[in-house]
Amino acid sequence: MSEQYVVGISDRKVAIAPDSIVTYALGSCVGVALYDVKTRIGGLAHIMLPDSKMLPYAEQGRMKFADTGIEDMVDEMISRGADRGGLKAKIAGGADMFKISDGSRLASIGCRNVASVKSALSRLGIQLVAEDVGRDYGRTLYFDLTTGGVKIQSLGKGTKEI
Amino acid sequence: MINSFTDLNDVYIDALKEIGNIGAGNAATSLGVLIDEDVIIGIPKVRIDEFNDVVKSIGGSEEMCVAVLVNFYGEANGVVLFILSIEDAKGITDILAAEEDDGTPGLSEMKLSGIKELGNILGSSYLGSIATLTGMEINLSIPHVAVDMVGAILAVPIIEYGAADSKVMFIEESFSTKEHRFHSHVIMFTDIETLSEIMTRLGIHI
Repeated sequence: MSEQYVVGISDRKVAIAPDSIVTYALGSCVGVALYDVKTRIGGLAHIMLPDSKMLPYAEQGRMKFADTGIEDMVDEMISRGADRGGLKAKIAGGADMFKISDGSRLASIGCRNVASVKSALSRLGIQLVAEDVGRDYGRTLYFDLTTGGVKIQSLGKGTKEI
Repeated sequence: MINSFTDLNDVYIDALKEIGNIGAGNAATSLGVLIDEDVIIGIPKVRIDEFNDVVKSIGGSEEMCVAVLVNFYGEANGVVLFILSIEDAKGITDILAAEEDDGTPGLSEMKLSGIKELGNILGSSYLGSIATLTGMEINLSIPHVAVDMVGAILAVPIIEYGAADSKVMFIEESFSTKEHRFHSHVIMFTDIETLSEIMTRLGIHI
């Protein structure tokens, strides 16, 4: 029997084929799907903010942030048997939902989340193989651990595979 | 001094409910004038919730909605969100424009712009009453509108006002009318500093 796990805001799940993982309604948040094709172990994180250093007491919520959240998920995947060198990443989200362009902190959060996720991935030596980011709409991300495929669903815009 | 939303005691919660009530009462009056109907306000709720529970309580992450966001800043910082279903948004704009439902799916640009203005008026009357009550100077941003999933919409204020905490505080009001049975939410998110300042201005001390 395969399970479908749900990942909430600032949360993560590591699982193995034939299970699948989903995270709903990514707005300016970024969904990070990591997959090791050999062991078919995958992890999905719902990242909310770019950088744990922006807050002094970030220890409470490492999964909120791109830098600490991705790092912790990679550690968990490796402890479950995934091969660090084999990890590939697919990411989605980072939209600007309200098209705010007034220079406030809210305005650029999606963009900064994406940039920070990318730099965390490159720091960890993980190759980014596909992305569906930016624009101004929400995305639901389905991650199939049997194939490593990521399906993105947006209301009114249908479904696409990345 | 309040350090975290979880420190809020019953006295604070009651004061916040009253603030929400006054804000919403003002907003409901504006809405009633616009659509020429009596607007019924639900009992205000002050919630201090985990992020994922906030989304659930407004209808679930993938539920489609129309939302107008007004940012406020100055002596008080926060966001007011006006959220309603697409059906209800169409209904309200039909009343505003005195039109029959044209049966087309989705919202036209013109209707969307009507909803944006409506959200603007509601946000202004809501915050205007808080400013009057507390004597605080509150500035408003232009309104922003989005049509999307509830989860993606709510993440915007949650990111801004829940970043330092694992929970977020908001005051929620629901509006409806007898004749048209639409339901909408007006939700205010704010930070700890603003809450403390509001309490001080109202003469409530711990």
